[in-house]
Amino acid sequence: MNIVVAIKHIPSIADDLPVKGNNVDFDSVDFVLNEFDEQSIEQAVLVKEAVGGTVTVVGVDMIGELDAVLHLALAKGADKAVKITGDDPAADSHQQAKWLAEAIKGMSADMVFAGVQASNDLDGQIGPMIAAHLDMPYIGGVSSVEVSDHTATVNKEFAGGIGGKYSVSLPMVVGVQAASKPPRYAPISKVRQVAQTATIEKVSPSGDATSGLAFKKMAPPVVTGHAEMIEGSSKDVAKKIVELLKSKGLA
Amino acid sequence: MSNDILVITEHMDGKFSDVSFEMVGKAKELASALGGRAVAVVVGGGVSSNVFASDSTIHIDDAALSQFNPEAYGKVIEALVKEKSPRLVMFGWTATGMDLAAWLSAKLGVPCAAYVKNIGADLTMSCQAYGGKMSADVSPEGDMAIAACLAGSFPVEAGQGSTAATSIASPVALDGLKIKFVEAIKPAGGDVDITAQAKLVSIGRGIGSKDNVELAEELAGKLGATVSSSRPVVDAGWLPRTRQVGKSGLKVKPKLYLMLGISGAPEHLEGMKSAELIIAINTDKKAPIFNVAHYGATADLFEVAEAMLELL
Ligand SMILES: Cc1cc2nc3c(=O)[nH]c(=O)nc-3n(C[C@H](O)[C@H](O)[C@H](O)COP(=O)(O)OP(=O)(O)OC[C@H]3O[C@@H](n4cnc5c(N)ncnc54)[C@H](O)[C@@H]3O)c2cc1C
Ligand SMILES: Cc1cc2nc3c(=O)[nH]c(=O)nc-3n(C[C@H](O)[C@H](O)[C@H](O)COP(=O)(O)OP(=O)(O)OC[C@H]3O[C@@H](n4cnc5c(N)ncnc54)[C@H](O)[C@@H]3O)c2cc1C
Repeated sequence: MNIVVAIKHIPSIADDLPVKGNNVDFDSVDFVLNEFDEQSIEQAVLVKEAVGGTVTVVGVDMIGELDAVLHLALAKGADKAVKITGDDPAADSHQQAKWLAEAIKGMSADMVFAGVQASNDLDGQIGPMIAAHLDMPYIGGVSSVEVSDHTATVNKEFAGGIGGKYSVSLPMVVGVQAASKPPRYAPISKVRQVAQTATIEKVSPSGDATSGLAFKKMAPPVVTGHAEMIEGSSKDVAKKIVELLKSKGLA
Repeated sequence: MSNDILVITEHMDGKFSDVSFEMVGKAKELASALGGRAVAVVVGGGVSSNVFASDSTIHIDDAALSQFNPEAYGKVIEALVKEKSPRLVMFGWTATGMDLAAWLSAKLGVPCAAYVKNIGADLTMSCQAYGGKMSADVSPEGDMAIAACLAGSFPVEAGQGSTAATSIASPVALDGLKIKFVEAIKPAGGDVDITAQAKLVSIGRGIGSKDNVELAEELAGKLGATVSSSRPVVDAGWLPRTRQVGKSGLKVKPKLYLMLGISGAPEHLEGMKSAELIIAINTDKKAPIFNVAHYGATADLFEVAEAMLELL
C-alpha cells in the first residue's frame, strides 16, 4: 500500500492574526501543522501498520520551516518526507493543491490522505482539489479507514453520530476528520533524533492554479454583540458567576 | 451564461436541512438583484421536493443517488452546472457540501469561496475563516462562482415555499462508480442525552488532559449539570462521542452552557449558539466565543473552576 499524506502548514490561530493590506501578514505569524493533518497522518500510519506499505508525507514549504513538521510526521511513523519549495506564504489552497497533485502524480499512490479542512481554506480544501486533479474519487469527513484487497472501507460522519459506511476501489483521496484512534504523541527525544538523521526530499513547485478570488478586506469579524466581561481575579470571577447562576435559579 | 443561481440542497431521512432553505432564500434575493432565477436542485430520492420558495426546482431522482455518494453527486452536479452555466452555485459548507464545492471548483476552474457568511449583490462574499478569528471579503473573478455557505447564515423562512419541482433523469450515466454506499451508521446509545439537559458544563481543548476532565465532572455535579465538550476533547478520547456539541456533534439548547477552554470555532457555534445563558472562560481575550457568549471572563479555567467549587 503506497500511502501519501498531503499536509498544510498554516498560520496559527492561537495568537492574534496581524493583518497587512487585504490579507494576513504572513511575515509575522507562526505557522503550525493543520490540526486535521495530525489526524490524517495518524490514520495513514494506522493503515500502514494494518496492511503494510509506505507512508510519504508531502507539504508545501510556505515559509522555509516545514522541516520541523515533517520530522514530527516521521517520528510518528511516516517513512518518507517531501517538501515542495513553494516559499510563498500566501499560496492559496488552489495553488497548493495543484503543486501537491503534480508532486503526487509520480508517486503511484494507492491512497492520498488530507485533513478534511484547514482554518485558512478560504477557497476550499486541498483534499477534494487534489482528487479533481488526479481524477480520483474523494470522500471527506472520514473517521475510520480499513483496507483490504485494494478496496478501502471508510466511515464518513454526517452529524450527531450519524454517518455512512462506503467501500471504495482504490486509488482514492480521503479527507480525514479524525483518525480511528487518537493521534499518538511522539516524544521530543524521538523527534530530535529523526531531525538529525532524516533526509527530506526537495521538489520544485510545478503547475499554476489560482483561486480566482480577489481579497478586498481581511479583518477581525465585525461583531454585533459581545459578552459582558467579568473582571477581576479568578476568585472574583468565580464569585460573580456563582452569584449570577444563583440569581437565575441555576445554582 | 445565465444570471441564475443554483442551490444544491441537502436532505436526509426525507427532510431537508435548514441550510437548504437558508440558501434558497438568499438565492432569491441575489437572483432578483442580478436579473436571474433562483433554482433549487434536489439530488436523490425519498423526499418531497415541492417545499422551496425557489423560482424553479429541479429534482434529479435516480436509484444510484438515493444515498449521498460524493462521486455520483459530483458527476451529476458537474453535468448540470455545465449545462445551465449559472452565475453562482451555492453549497452548504456541511458534511456533504464540503465534499463537493472545492472539488467542483478545481474540476471546472471556477472560483470557490468557503466559510461563506454573507453574499452581496455584486457577489462579494464575506467568509469567516481562521477559526472565526477573521472575516474576509472576497470577490470571485470570471462569469461563474461557487459559494460554500455556513449553516445559520441566512433566515430559513425566506426559502420555504411550495414551488412544484420538475423531475429529470440523471444527466450522466451512473454506472462504474468507484465509491459504493454500504450502510448507514447510527449513533451509539447508552449515554446521557446532552440535548435533553438543562445545564451543561462544556469543556474544550483548554482542559489539557483526560485527568483534568474530573474537575469539570466535579463542577457539573455541584451545579446539577452534565459535562459536554468540543470535538477535540472527543477526538483525543477524553469523553465519548455522545458528549460532542457542534456541527458534527449534537445541537443543544440548554438553560445554561458554561464553557471552559473552548475557542468558539464556527463548527462549535453551530451546535450551541441558541443556548439561553452562555458563560465562557478563556485565557485568550480575543477568543471568538466572547462575541457569542452572554458573559465571559479572560481567566484560567482551572482557577475559576476550583474557586467555584469552594463556593458551591
Ligand atoms: C497538531 C500538532 C501536533 C503535534 N504533535 C507533537 C508530538 O506528537 N510530539 C511533539 O514532540 N511535538 C508535537 N507538536 C509540536 C511540534 O513538534 C513543534 O511545534 C514543532 O516540532 C516545532 O518545534 P519548535 O521547537 O519550533 O516549536 P515549539 O516552541 O516547541 O512549539 C510550538 C507550539 O506547538 C505546541 N504543541 C506542542 N505539542 C503539541 C501537540 N501535541 N499538539 C498541539 N500543539 C502542540 C506548543 O504548545 C507550542 O505552542 C505538535 C504540534 C502540532 C501543531
Ligand atoms: C467538518 C467539521 C466538523 C466539525 N465539527 C465540530 C463539532 O461538532 N464540534 C466542535 O466543537 N468542533 C467541531 N469541529 C472542529 C472545530 O473546527 C474546532 O477545531 C474545534 O471546535 C475547536 O475546539 P476547542 O475550542 O476545544 O479547541 P481550540 O480551538 O484549540 O481552543 C481551545 C481554547 O482553550 C483556551 N484555553 C487554553 N488553556 C486554557 C485555560 N487554562 N483556561 C482557559 N482557557 C484556556 C484557548 O485560549 C483556546 O481558545 C469540526 C471541524 C470540521 C472540519
